[in-house]
Amino acid sequence: MNDKKGIILTGAVIGLFGGLLVLFGNPANMGICVACFIRDIAGSIGLHRAGVVQYLRPEIFGFVLGAFIIAKIKGEFKVTGGSSPISRFVIAMFVMIGALVFLGCPLRMVLRLAGGDWNAILGIVGFILGVLVGTQFLKRGFTLGRSYSINKTSGYILPLIMVLFLIFRIIKPGFIIFSESGPGASFAPWIIALIAGLVIGVLGQRSRICMAGGIRDLYLIKDSHLITGFISIFVFAFIINIIFGNFDPGFIGQPAAHTDWLWNLLGMFLVGFGSVLLGGCPLRQTILAGEGNTDSAIAFFGYLVGAAVSHNFGLAGSGSGVAFAGKFTVIFGIVVVTLIAVSSIKFSKSY
Amino acid sequence: MLEVDTRGRSCPEPVIMTKNAVSDLKSGDSIKVLIGEEVAKENVGRFARNSGCKVEVSDIGNEEYELIITKN
Repeated sequence: MNDKKGIILTGAVIGLFGGLLVLFGNPANMGICVACFIRDIAGSIGLHRAGVVQYLRPEIFGFVLGAFIIAKIKGEFKVTGGSSPISRFVIAMFVMIGALVFLGCPLRMVLRLAGGDWNAILGIVGFILGVLVGTQFLKRGFTLGRSYSINKTSGYILPLIMVLFLIFRIIKPGFIIFSESGPGASFAPWIIALIAGLVIGVLGQRSRICMAGGIRDLYLIKDSHLITGFISIFVFAFIINIIFGNFDPGFIGQPAAHTDWLWNLLGMFLVGFGSVLLGGCPLRQTILAGEGNTDSAIAFFGYLVGAAVSHNFGLAGSGSGVAFAGKFTVIFGIVVVTLIAVSSIKFSKSY
Repeated sequence: MLEVDTRGRSCPEPVIMTKNAVSDLKSGDSIKVLIGEEVAKENVGRFARNSGCKVEVSDIGNEEYELIITKN
């Protein structure tokens, strides 16, 4: 499915589900959000105790398992790893922290825009700048090093954890925490969420859709392939929002958003920068993790811990803005990611 | 022929490595690019075709590919 139709279809399906899952019960402008949903999962297993964002989101399990199943069918399931796992873990943590300051992954950023949340525009500006800075490092020979084929078992671990969490979601054992109010208590029926996740996982694996990759490729190799998916998501989510009256333009009073423009921008700058170094946005990492890429599975765990850190130390943004700790950590994250980037440049001309 | 080994590199590094190598080519010159995954094969192939090169793909087994890229 390496063609324009495939990527447009994938974007369309993500956009449609992004709009529709809200109608089925997901939080407003949060039909799908990889960062927010991983944060909810972190809360649900008690890694953080922010009572309003604790839920096992079947969409995420669907992304990983959909990609896993289709990769198996297509013979693309390949267990690899060993490309600087600890650096990836740290970068992913900061990507999550940046995303939660803005309040959304790149995917939700587009869905927020499609819902009329103009604060997302600042996020997009920051995200683009972050991707461009990250791409400069790539051009100069940045690499986290090559990965190798590794022991097959490793590739099954994250998909199996997703199956386990899905079972926990369905049978709701007492040790799993579910929010009683707030965004964590707003969710679509699990079977619909799971199906949406599986479909997006399958299409994402086939089309290689990636929010960070879209901007990167447009700039780096003048290739508009991946950005087409990004635009398609926006267009279809926008159409659904218009049809169902969920388009509410403005800056103020937007759902799960704040108007602190500088930190919307810098939060997403960190996300864009880190995502390019990781080789893809949170959605893409989740899909790759399903295909047997254990470096991406490490990034997934980085996101999970990043979410826990965000809420345990009050770093995440909220409707009222971003606390000092959150601002400080975004700057600290930009410094850390820059140091990793600078020190991972191979100075030989890279071939 | 110059050989570029991109196996194990995560995207977009294979494309960048190919780009750097292709930029030094003269018309009619070829390079060999070794690729270790499906996605990189698609990306490198698309990049090379978009930048006016001819691409021949051969499957060298073990889910690895060899691309011969010739500048027009």
